[in-house]
Amino acid sequence: MNWKPGAGIGQIQARAALLCKLRQFFAERGILEVETPLLCDSGATDPAIEPLMVERGASLHRPRYLQTSPEYAMKRLLAAYGEPIFQIGKAFRDGEAGTRHNPEFTLLEWYRPGFGQHQLMDEVADLVRLCLGERPLQKRSYRQLFLESLGIDPFTASIGELEAVAREHLDPGPLSGDRNLWLDLLMSHSIEPQLAVLGMCFVYDYPASQAALSCLVPVDDVIVGQRFELYVDGVELANGYFELTDADEQRQRFEQDNLRRREYWLSERPLDERLLAAMSHGLPSCSGVALGVDRLLMLVTGALDIREVLAFDWERS
Amino acid sequence: MANYSTNEFRSGLKVMLDGDPCSILDNEFVKPGKGQAFNRVKLRNLKTGRQWERTFKSGETLEGADVMECTMEYLYTDGEFWCFMEPDTFEQHQADARAVGDAYLWLKEQDRCEVTLYNGAPLSVAPPNFVELEVVETDPGLKGDTASGGTKPAKLSTGAVVKVPLFLSQGEVIRIDTRTGEYQGRASK
Repeated sequence: MNWKPGAGIGQIQARAALLCKLRQFFAERGILEVETPLLCDSGATDPAIEPLMVERGASLHRPRYLQTSPEYAMKRLLAAYGEPIFQIGKAFRDGEAGTRHNPEFTLLEWYRPGFGQHQLMDEVADLVRLCLGERPLQKRSYRQLFLESLGIDPFTASIGELEAVAREHLDPGPLSGDRNLWLDLLMSHSIEPQLAVLGMCFVYDYPASQAALSCLVPVDDVIVGQRFELYVDGVELANGYFELTDADEQRQRFEQDNLRRREYWLSERPLDERLLAAMSHGLPSCSGVALGVDRLLMLVTGALDIREVLAFDWERS
Repeated sequence: MANYSTNEFRSGLKVMLDGDPCSILDNEFVKPGKGQAFNRVKLRNLKTGRQWERTFKSGETLEGADVMECTMEYLYTDGEFWCFMEPDTFEQHQADARAVGDAYLWLKEQDRCEVTLYNGAPLSVAPPNFVELEVVETDPGLKGDTASGGTKPAKLSTGAVVKVPLFLSQGEVIRIDTRTGEYQGRASK
């Protein structure tokens, strides 16, 4: 029986030191640590995220979802108390396993009332520098990045044009899909590897179709989602929003997600009515970000496979 | 054959892709946090030997390929076919020039080779990593010249031409690394 941990003692110690550093960072800035439930009555509607479910137990009236991120619960705390808050906890995503993914992982998420997305990006950069040391900071809009790297405008190009560029660089076989599929493919396969040389690079202002839970605003001639992603040495490390606060629009986004889920033959998700009620009560204007702690630890220790930094990865747990 | 989903793709798995049997070399799960999941898969086409990367949507499936690797004894060639035998069953298989490829340069009777069977027929042949073959043609040996480091071409019994040290003579048996075609030394008697 292989009972031994996959991570060496050095990795275990590095994790403890990192968690300590993170908590200190937030304590110094007066950001409150919170805990929210791992088992939730409703799950994320995002069609690209599948939750794991707990189906049996005397306490369960119906199955509960293991959280895919603490976002909804933390927003309810924001609506109630309006304080800056952070959480370090486990999140779960079904089917995600690889050199940078484990179905169970540690997520750091924090919210800053009164912050815009660029202000929060700067704070994320401070945190990353604290953990990884000084490194240059780059910012590129999603549009700029596609134009520079691939010579194509992700907002105005047709699906056919996006597909043609993808087929120039990659072999996607008979792959077919909507606009987001080709954008995701180009981003993850062609652009992400190029970001490695940029050190710490924020990508911001995403197409409206990829806005997720961010606020939409017009920029130049297009509508963008005020969402950002951080790549460090080519590793996708964090995802943040200038948060959508309008409850009606949030309901529409959930419904659009469910529509897409139907198109992809996925089961629909019940809407989180508690979150919607909290937003109707009033969510303060804020920005929030989620950061993968295991990946940050990989960068700290130079590990190339997430299994090196987990005491017991999915196969050992 | 069974179908395999992208999350079951492991190095060494044989699948059918675009009508050809392929071997999976590497499978990388790629997923942006807020985007769709892909598997970036490195494959080798077992018919052509071509290696390349294909991207799949996560969860897609491919049919398994009826491919088996067997250790077989090389028996003989009639010039058109190369004949191999399974040592346990004595069953014989005829491989054509396409399946044998460049391996014919290293095939010596009674040597054990790795033969890949596709639907029961030889698809490719891998010679042993090291073979011992006789030098049938080379310039006369320079006695005592073991230090100059110079080389000369030598033709072996299979027709392969390799570089050998100057001191070797016709009729000697030498050891070759078939992966690089490099001379390793005189064969142990």
